[in-house]
Amino acid sequence: MEKVLFGDNQFFAVNHLSDEKSRAQSIRFNDDSAIIRMLDQSISLGINTFMCTTHDRIANICDHIRKNPEGYKNYKIYPCMPYAHKYANAVTELGIVGTIKQYVPGNIFGTFAKGGLAYLNKDFIKLMELLIDAEMKMFAGISTPVIFIQNVLVDLILGLKMYDVFAAYDSYIRKKYNSEPGYITMNMPALLDALNSVGIENPIICSSINKIGFRMSGGKKLYEKYLYEKQFRPIAMQVLAAGALHPEEAVGYLGQFPKIESVLFGASTKAHIEETRNLIEINLGKKVFNS
Amino acid sequence: MIKGAITGLGKMGLSHAAIVGGHQKVDMVAVCDTSSLVLNAFNKFSKVKTYTDHQKMIDVEKPDFVIIATPTKFHYPMVKYALENGVHVFCEKPFTLTAVQGQELTELAVRNGLVNQVGFHNHFIGTFRELKRLLRQNVLGDLVHFSGEAYGPVVTKEKVSTWRSSSAEGGGCLYDYASHVINLIQEIIGRPEKIQGTLLKSIYSKGVEDAVFSFLKLKSGLTGILLVNWSDETYRKMSTSLTVQGKNGKIVCDATEVKIYLKKAVPPENLEKGWTIKYITDLAVPVDFYLRGEEYSAQIDHFVACVEKNLQSPYNSFEQAMYTDSVIEMILGDAKKY
Repeated sequence: MEKVLFGDNQFFAVNHLSDEKSRAQSIRFNDDSAIIRMLDQSISLGINTFMCTTHDRIANICDHIRKNPEGYKNYKIYPCMPYAHKYANAVTELGIVGTIKQYVPGNIFGTFAKGGLAYLNKDFIKLMELLIDAEMKMFAGISTPVIFIQNVLVDLILGLKMYDVFAAYDSYIRKKYNSEPGYITMNMPALLDALNSVGIENPIICSSINKIGFRMSGGKKLYEKYLYEKQFRPIAMQVLAAGALHPEEAVGYLGQFPKIESVLFGASTKAHIEETRNLIEINLGKKVFNS
Repeated sequence: MIKGAITGLGKMGLSHAAIVGGHQKVDMVAVCDTSSLVLNAFNKFSKVKTYTDHQKMIDVEKPDFVIIATPTKFHYPMVKYALENGVHVFCEKPFTLTAVQGQELTELAVRNGLVNQVGFHNHFIGTFRELKRLLRQNVLGDLVHFSGEAYGPVVTKEKVSTWRSSSAEGGGCLYDYASHVINLIQEIIGRPEKIQGTLLKSIYSKGVEDAVFSFLKLKSGLTGILLVNWSDETYRKMSTSLTVQGKNGKIVCDATEVKIYLKKAVPPENLEKGWTIKYITDLAVPVDFYLRGEEYSAQIDHFVACVEKNLQSPYNSFEQAMYTDSVIEMILGDAKKY
């Protein structure tokens, strides 16, 4: 993984600090060309990985990348699935079975040849595979070396203690997509323990890691202990704690953890991207001598 | 360990199940639902016992508490059965279909000394708590006006019907979305006692309203407006806000920020003249397990702590939820006039 991963929250009106700013962003990135322009600027700054949700509009971005292969030669996308609000709103309105009917591709009765939902009842793993394939369709022909499950789903499975689902996801992503499975979580220490318990070793885990302990459930101390002592491949997100921290101070904090492989961040101007990238390049992976 | 159980495994029930499952002081012993799809998933992937009958689950498992997250029409009989059997109850909102039922359950819970809480989770968001505190400190001086608003993209096209498209079953924007705002207004600013000029508008739904607009008069005499629309796709997810205007300024509060404008500084609060913005990063209630927002875990943590100490919470009691239901009844009554 590269040190710097460019995120997509700013494109889809996700701002953890201000609902008002998020609406302003939604107006600014109303047009797909505005998103593409930002991606091109990030590429010009040497950032070749885009980590994004499976939002409907990403399909348009993927179309653009496929049509212009020379501009995106070494470009990689790390998909994060699913775009949870799509499903959450559907479950409120249609219920769980109604949502499955809406999002499993084709006619569900056709998909499961005989028995339809009754069959589905017994084969959850098959259902999960169908949903993954549906979400991955938009990335056909694009390099996706790491494929993530979003934190809402990861943390739901974690809380329900249905750890075997992680094992099934892990093996399907490796087998079908020849990619590395990744996990986004707001509960990193608990998740790593859970993954290890079903035989998933050295996983890629993307979680909030910041100086003020924002969205680091289980506590900052425990996170730091895991970052020093445990075997996994951490990606830091919410490094700026939704903007509460100054970038220099924020990225500087990460420097003490040699294990952190990458930092995920989003920005809406070239100057911001450049500033954050430079800080990450300086701080990440530097040698730390513990006294 | 405290023994917990959950009845109703829809979106909220599953979310509660994960939070309870991740709670260090709770042993989630059983779940109950009528969907074989969901129960089979529990049977296959977890060790939790599954039931299709709420009463049987209570009788057999004898949990310390139960979380009830079924469609609203089932709340009354299920909560009642739990309370009669000495089980503490956390119930999803809206509480019951009529305020009379809510009154009965409130009295039963108090009589039996059982912890009761309803899932108006906004009270566990630091910004709304801060707004309440600032109003108690009287930073705005005499209050002049308020507005309570919520917007979101739940119903954005014409669709098939579920229980949510039946008003008699507690579906619709008034019960689902507006109840949150009414409850916030009632607990943070004051209890409404008169409703005027209500417009319930169906935009895409058939049979229920997609938007609610009303004038509210509080017991204090203060007036304000309620503006709620769940068919607004310019919002990515539900967005709830309160604006309060006083003679000394204004506060606009949502789940992420408290924006304060003051004509005169309030030194004891360190608030200068002009704008001050407070952010959720400074006000968030820390939690041990995070699922969809601190507030969802914090409300369960709080409920569990109350069960542990056998102490009734000042937040989100049945009585408060019952009052919200009575305001909903007033709004429905007022809407018939127009």
